[in-house]
Amino acid sequence: MLSPEELNVLLLSLKVSFWATACSLPIGLIVAWILARYEFPGKMLVDGLVHLPLVLPPVVVGYLLLVTLNPNGTIGRILSQAGIEIGFTWIGASVAAAIMAFPLMVRAMRLAFEMIDQRLELAARTLGASPFRMLFHISIPLAMPGIMTGTILAFARCLGEFGATITFVSNIPGETRTLPLAVYTLTQTPDGEAAAFRLVVISILIALIALAISEIITRKAKARLGDQK
Amino acid sequence: MISLSLRKRFKNSLLDLSFSSEETGITALYGRSGAGKTSLANMISGLLKPDEGFIKIDNQLIFCSQKGIDLKPENRGIGYVFQEARLFPHKTVKDNLLFSNRSKTPKSRPLSIEEVVEVLGLTNLLDRRPGSLSGGEAQRVQLGRAILSHPNILVMDEPLSSLDQTKKQEILPLIERLRDEFQIPILYISHSMEEIIRLADRLLIIEDGSIAADGTVEELTGRLDLRPLTGRYEAGSVINAQVLEHDRHYGLTKLKFAGGILQVPFLEADKDTRLRIRIRARDVSLSSTLPDKTSELNVFRGKVKEIAQPTHRNAPHADTLIDIGVPIWVRVTRLSIDRLSLQPGVEIYASIKGTSVDRQNLAARKGAKAP
Repeated sequence: MLSPEELNVLLLSLKVSFWATACSLPIGLIVAWILARYEFPGKMLVDGLVHLPLVLPPVVVGYLLLVTLNPNGTIGRILSQAGIEIGFTWIGASVAAAIMAFPLMVRAMRLAFEMIDQRLELAARTLGASPFRMLFHISIPLAMPGIMTGTILAFARCLGEFGATITFVSNIPGETRTLPLAVYTLTQTPDGEAAAFRLVVISILIALIALAISEIITRKAKARLGDQK
Repeated sequence: MISLSLRKRFKNSLLDLSFSSEETGITALYGRSGAGKTSLANMISGLLKPDEGFIKIDNQLIFCSQKGIDLKPENRGIGYVFQEARLFPHKTVKDNLLFSNRSKTPKSRPLSIEEVVEVLGLTNLLDRRPGSLSGGEAQRVQLGRAILSHPNILVMDEPLSSLDQTKKQEILPLIERLRDEFQIPILYISHSMEEIIRLADRLLIIEDGSIAADGTVEELTGRLDLRPLTGRYEAGSVINAQVLEHDRHYGLTKLKFAGGILQVPFLEADKDTRLRIRIRARDVSLSSTLPDKTSELNVFRGKVKEIAQPTHRNAPHADTLIDIGVPIWVRVTRLSIDRLSLQPGVEIYASIKGTSVDRQNLAARKGAKAP
């Protein structure tokens, strides 16, 4: 059904998005928790930084990444000594996708944490639970629908990432050419329209599947919380 | 045992109180809404930080502003029973009960979930989720969850106030059983004198952020000066009694109390069982001579101790305190006071209608002092 090239592009996109989402998930949870529960000087600044990729042109984010993480820069050199090549690799594409999707993830999770009845968390503490135990047994399970929504939104955003990726890691077939980049390339090629259209259909299908999964998980979690009383 | 002395300033009020409570049994904290009761419970359990003072439980300081001690809620060993059940909605009843991972304290005996489930009647609820429980069921689960956290002391903040009368009657005996079977001291915060009289041994009255009175329930309910504070419940006296014998033929039970022997309708209680009984002021009548032939079974000789000022100028009644070995309240009209020339020191006969001591007002009390 899919040509080897198409399959390649699809698998690469899924790989890039999966790692981007998986690696930003724990960081997203921590940031969302801190923003939801703590007041500290500079909170506005942190909040602003987290949201920056949402409002900046993606090309700008990609360019900033190129400047800070390029293989000849300080951070790039340290990373490449550690065996991680970011520049013009699929890992770099993951980094770009993760940063672009981060605000969406944090927003959904933060909202979920803020919605929890904090009296339940206090009850857990009086029952002997450490903050850690409370977090994993009460707060995170109760916020699960929101955490799931945030994760799936972020995954979908990663799949669609274009501007920052092409600016930061270029458009290398088999390495950084994800679905949107492949579509773009094909539309730029004479007679590429038909092939581009096939990829567009694949994109729509993936998006619909992601939305359906999100809906199912949210419903299940809500039923489990038993709050339809 | 808990002893504390705390100060906390709020926007419009000040909480400044000290007290210490007994090793076992229930100590009640009574106060009207807004008296600072919940703030006190929150400070004891570590959810609210006092400005200064100390809290000591079984000789361990859990908070002390001077020494900079402020244990986290999870390290205080205090079981907190909230007004609302606060069950974890994503866990089954069983998992709620088993939530606490606090290891048992040296003092408390090991409790098994089976035992607690049995006492609180939770067997059929174990697999349910909190969302499907009724208010009374949820509150029972909360009691079990708190007990199973092996606390050194249980703090209950108006645990019955969100329940209707029938549900209250269902939970009250359970709290008594917790007190008697698990031997955990309980600090019972409430604005219901009915509940306090039924449950508590000792009573502390909070008014305007400080302790206005401290004594046994029997003492404080007999004090005239506290009437304005506790007056919301139906006026009556609380006395301790002990089952002496049963008269099966007439269906009566004889109770021994400090004033003599009281005959009441048959009670399903073993001989020597100690009880707390309540005599409503309107169920007592007075006469200046010993009634010759009367249908009253319980006539006691006593002296007038105090006559309360009528609540307003044209009030028909004036409550009178009669000492018949224990102080009891009598509700008489002002006309009768003049006719019988009642004044402190006058000798008088008080008739107590046997039926006024109904079962509802009786609480089996292992810890009650002998009459």
